[in-house]
Amino acid sequence: MPDLLTLHALDAHYGDFQALFGIDMTLADGEVIAIIGANGAGKTTMLRSISGLLRNRADQIVYRGQPIGALRADRVAHLGIALVPEGRQLFPSLSVEENLLLGGKVGRPGPWSMEKVFGLFPILEERRRQASTSLSGGQQQMVAIGRALMANPDFVMFDEVSLGLAPVVIKSIYDALPDIVGEGMTAMIVEQDISKALSVSSRVYCLQEGRVSLEGRTKDVTHDQITQAYFGVAA
Amino acid sequence: MIEWVGVIVQGTLLGGLYALFAAGLSLIFGVMRLVNIAHGDLIVLAAYLGLSTTMMLDVHPFVALIVVMPLMAGIGYALQRGVLNQTLGPDILPPLLVTFGLSVILQNALLEGYTADPQKLNGGAIETASLSAGGLAVGVLPLLTFVVAVAMIACLQWIFYKTSLGRGFRAVSDNQDIAQIMGLNKAHVFGLAMALALAVTAIAGILLGMRTSFDPAIGGGRLIFGFEAVIIGGLGSLWGTLAGGVILGVAQTIGAKIDPGWQLLAGHIAFLVVLAVRPNGLFPRVEH
Ligand SMILES: Nc1ncnc2c1ncn2[C@@H]1O[C@H](COP(=O)(O)OP(=O)(O)O)[C@@H](O)[C@H]1O
Ligand SMILES: [Mg+2]
Repeated sequence: MPDLLTLHALDAHYGDFQALFGIDMTLADGEVIAIIGANGAGKTTMLRSISGLLRNRADQIVYRGQPIGALRADRVAHLGIALVPEGRQLFPSLSVEENLLLGGKVGRPGPWSMEKVFGLFPILEERRRQASTSLSGGQQQMVAIGRALMANPDFVMFDEVSLGLAPVVIKSIYDALPDIVGEGMTAMIVEQDISKALSVSSRVYCLQEGRVSLEGRTKDVTHDQITQAYFGVAA
Repeated sequence: MIEWVGVIVQGTLLGGLYALFAAGLSLIFGVMRLVNIAHGDLIVLAAYLGLSTTMMLDVHPFVALIVVMPLMAGIGYALQRGVLNQTLGPDILPPLLVTFGLSVILQNALLEGYTADPQKLNGGAIETASLSAGGLAVGVLPLLTFVVAVAMIACLQWIFYKTSLGRGFRAVSDNQDIAQIMGLNKAHVFGLAMALALAVTAIAGILLGMRTSFDPAIGGGRLIFGFEAVIIGGLGSLWGTLAGGVILGVAQTIGAKIDPGWQLLAGHIAFLVVLAVRPNGLFPRVEH
């Protein structure tokens, strides 16, 4: 399969603080990969870099053969890269429906529409006129996912979608994932909850203090390897 | 008694003009948290552009709006993208300093271009025409100004809450980063917001110029009136801004009725009273 996205020695900084150190990563078209790592490992920073919110050297991030590391976030969005941000980050002054409409702003053609999102998460149709802030955490997460899908992206990044949600809600969201990536999308699932992320992905990268500490096929990596890579200590 | 009714009516109509001064300020603050110190001078600039247009094309000031509105909108977009966007950030001081500088530059440029002599836009018969009912005489121009103000606020409200453009304004105001990853270029969105604000300012400037004489130095006063109307009404609420303008206008006319020297003071007192009683203004924006 051709490479969709490649990171070449990606660094990231917040002022004097360096958060990422030479991350190398490859995603094939249609692949679902998991990114795991402890709090503060640099997962969100990596997604912010890819989505253009943190600017890098152009050739550090290559998408479909095009260097995009230095592009502005709205340009990156138009290329078909979407992010479900950590903590959902819905627009509080927009209704559920308006949040979804905004997600469709890039106007890329594809299978996703408001109706299709409502088909995936029927509760959102009932709540479409409500303020997004009046929804439960799980429903807000559904809006955040729907908002990203509305852009008809080729590649979606999910940043800790299960954070702060009840197990039953997490299950319902993960149950919807095959329907989402079944549309031929490439996805990056970022989680601290290792088992969830591994259950839906074919390959996994573990980040530790801004570096890749483990990379492998999900079915090949052992529990001990993950513990070692995650915490940086021998189990 | 009827005399006081007349005062209240006149104050209300004056409030329409203040709401027009304020609407642009309110919009800009709502979308990008920018307090534009040069707003009053931009109103005066619009009045002068109206003056030049009426003289060059020999048209009525209202017709001049066809030129002045797009011109001001264009100036707004260029100003935002060329200068103001670069000042926006976590620190609120740079935009204040830069728009203050802009205010000084505008005043001096107008002084160079048009001298300090007071000017007036000639509206013709409409300036003196009045309607009377039940012993109450109301000037047609003030009445028209008020109607335009209400229509303008309704129009802005519609843009904000019913159009894709307005959705973009609200989204960028809520969360710039997330709006950006949804494909909105915030620099462009801010440019459009400033263009819209200055298009409204064009109307305010023309109506001001027909109502009273103006010179390059009066911008500061218009800024204060607009600012007070926004604060009285509550930040981020467009209808609140209209209410704020009306309260300010009525307070000023009542003050002037008691003693002509008290007009401005009465307005400032009303502003301070509202601020003391309701620090967030009368109709602060509720997150919904
Ligand atoms: N805005 C910021 N300013 C400064 N440091 C930050 C900022 N955001 C994150 N960091 C730091 O960067 C490192 C990586 O953070 P993050 O990418 O959020 O990790 P993760 O998503 O894996 O929990 C942490 O040490 C964090 O404290
Ligand atoms: Mg994170």
